[in-house]
Amino acid sequence: MLTETALAKGAETHVPVLSFRGISKTFPGVRALDGVELDLFAGQVTALIGENGAGKSTVVKILTGIYQPDGGTILVNGVETRFLTAQAAAEAGVTAIHQETVLFDELTVAENIFIGHAPRTRFGLIDASAMEAEAKRLLASIGADLDPRIRLRELGIASKHLVAIARALSIDASVVIMDEPTAALSHKEIHELYDLVEKLKAQGKAILFISHKFDEIFRIADRWTVFRDGQFVGSGRIADVTEGRLVQLMVGREVDKIYPKRPARIGPPVLTVAGYCHPTEFEDIGFTLHQGEILGFYGLVGAGRSEVMQALFGITRPSKGACRIDDRVLVLRSTADAIAAGIVYVPEDRGRQGAVKGLPIFQNVTLPSLEKTSRAGFLRLAEEFRMTRDYTSRLDLRAASLDQDVGLLSGGNQQKVVIAKWLATKPRVIILDEPTKGIDIGSKAAVHDFMSELAAQGLAVIMVSSEIPEVLGMSDRVIVMREGRIAAEFQGGSMTPENLVRAAAGIEGEAA
Amino acid sequence: MTATSTSIRGREIPDRLVPGWKRALKSWETLLFVVAVAIFIANSLASPYFLDPWNLSDASFNFTEKAIIAFAMAMLIIAGEIDLSVAAIIALASTAMGMAMTAGAPVPVLVLIGLATGLICGAFNGFLVAGLGLPSIVVTIGTMSLFRGLAYIVLGDGAFTGYPDAFGWFGQGYVWWVFSFELVLFVVMAIVFGILLHATDFGRRVYVIGNNATAARFSGVRVDRIRFILFLLTGLMSGIAAICLTSRLGSTRPSIATGFELEVVTMVVLGGVNILGGSGSIPGVVIAALVMGLVTFGLGLLNVPGIVMSIIIGALLISVIALPRLWKMART
Repeated sequence: MLTETALAKGAETHVPVLSFRGISKTFPGVRALDGVELDLFAGQVTALIGENGAGKSTVVKILTGIYQPDGGTILVNGVETRFLTAQAAAEAGVTAIHQETVLFDELTVAENIFIGHAPRTRFGLIDASAMEAEAKRLLASIGADLDPRIRLRELGIASKHLVAIARALSIDASVVIMDEPTAALSHKEIHELYDLVEKLKAQGKAILFISHKFDEIFRIADRWTVFRDGQFVGSGRIADVTEGRLVQLMVGREVDKIYPKRPARIGPPVLTVAGYCHPTEFEDIGFTLHQGEILGFYGLVGAGRSEVMQALFGITRPSKGACRIDDRVLVLRSTADAIAAGIVYVPEDRGRQGAVKGLPIFQNVTLPSLEKTSRAGFLRLAEEFRMTRDYTSRLDLRAASLDQDVGLLSGGNQQKVVIAKWLATKPRVIILDEPTKGIDIGSKAAVHDFMSELAAQGLAVIMVSSEIPEVLGMSDRVIVMREGRIAAEFQGGSMTPENLVRAAAGIEGEAA
Repeated sequence: MTATSTSIRGREIPDRLVPGWKRALKSWETLLFVVAVAIFIANSLASPYFLDPWNLSDASFNFTEKAIIAFAMAMLIIAGEIDLSVAAIIALASTAMGMAMTAGAPVPVLVLIGLATGLICGAFNGFLVAGLGLPSIVVTIGTMSLFRGLAYIVLGDGAFTGYPDAFGWFGQGYVWWVFSFELVLFVVMAIVFGILLHATDFGRRVYVIGNNATAARFSGVRVDRIRFILFLLTGLMSGIAAICLTSRLGSTRPSIATGFELEVVTMVVLGGVNILGGSGSIPGVVIAALVMGLVTFGLGLLNVPGIVMSIIIGALLISVIALPRLWKMART
């Protein structure tokens, strides 16, 4: 097959086009990459596989010159190189096609392809006709029939991908990164993309293919590399590996028993959701949440988990379906309605949706409870401080004063302020969306501990999380979502890492 | 701040580290107040007529009408919106009153029509911004032309004159001694808006929206309702200003109050309100109104022509905004 010829071509040199040797990258509190290895060969597709947080996007950012590694070396054709800027990476022949392609909507197809390196006339002006002719040639070479003069915003996502690929070809890239390129594509478009990947391989490009979908990986990749928690786990030829083996490598560890989950006394149903639909985000969502229960929602990024939760919190409205608390049917027109019904939501995007940076801690905490602290609409600061002290002390908040700007706190303490804000409303159902994402280990433990305590006190808790250890360690029951639908539900002994990953990636049905 | 000892112990978090009065001392408002006092002293040295109570009372007319709009505008800007149609609302409200007056309406009806026109215009702005989600700067640039255009259609080159004598009280009358109705209105409105912004749930939510409207919505704040109310308030205050101004001038021309919107915004920004929203105070706007009034009056006594005055006001605004930034740059 094509793979054989490509391998033969690669075998002539034996030197990878691009290699990572012991690359590390540390962010405050997080070791994103810890001495990882990665080899990309000419004319071959290498699949990079790992859970959310394994370090895949950090690799992409280092390859494109956005991040600098703290340690290790990058070799280009065997020569040590540093990608100090995005420009340097592009000059070294690395180009990336992202999940949401970064292109310019208001420019034409040809302008997008040639931005930064457009052909010039004698006078140094952009040679529009040469540019359009060249763009047409590039697009034709990948079998794309697009008018180079059309504005990008008039194109669909699949056509935008084609433009991005043409751009990659225009700078004569030797390494093409495809970061979940099929995430937003239809079935037919995906197959067209596969054909294109074959064409790029035939041209001798080294392709780094990042995907969560195993059917894709087995269809087009020649080699695999697995990362777990920022560490290199293994690599090899796709022909020599099975899906089961890859899942095992991805998940790897025994799930730690450090989670402070207490045995739950699960009470009567509190929240019942039936047939929840949204025109674009999710379909036919139904589940029951009980008092004292922690219900985990697992899935890949973009599976629609947050969208369901935001509909339950009154941010968006479902097109169909019903939601009941106890036996009362809820009509959620706004977040205020949800809060009044006892449903609160700790958002994933803490900086934008959770905390009001610029305002002090106490004003953040009392915001949804002003009716309680105020009298006849007039603020009573003493009451506000009392309520704030009440709830923040339970969460072990660390701050200089309750009057301190929330924006000056660490991520973990900001999260505690957001949780305190909701507890002060005395909710029945608390939804936590990626509650420990990007916060330090100490605060993480405090949040887990508190979550357990809340459930023990009879609150019903929904936890959306992409971290398998967290989901398994904290939940009484796990719902896995995939592509806007509930894919599976696990409880007790069936709650294993393998089952969760398989359900989220959709392996069950299609896999052999 | 060396609060490390408290943060290590945890739990024992104090309410505040800096007492309120200490913070107030370092505030923008205090600096502005010092500027106001300096201008006051400079004026009294420059002209022997300045310290006359009647002269001072007269001088207040050049800021009171703008200031009462500025209070509502300050809340709107703190919430991250703006209304540039306020002067046009005055023109339209004044025209509506003129039409009613021509039809023989009594004074109370004129007042009601002025207020109602302001409210309707504010509701229209509010509907476009809060209801349809359009950007307020574009909406109110549009309604600025629209409202004033309506006044021009009605009046053309003409004017409404001959308002009843009793109507003159709002712009020319005195409540007690040198205290005019407008000056008393200014003080009352300063107190009302000061309480509304600084001591109520509503005011708190205005700050929250200005700092982060998304997080406000995710915290159960009815963001659009509050935005709508703020436009309504600004419209209402413009209606009140229209009554005072029409009464003071005794006539309505379609060009009435031209350029007021920029002076109102200048007053608000000079008062320390962040033009991007999220912070500012009513006391700041009150002092800014006094500063602008004092400068205009002082220069008037020295026979400085109006064009030079606007240059000075502009220079004052820019320097007052640039100073803190320059100060910061010099320190780093």
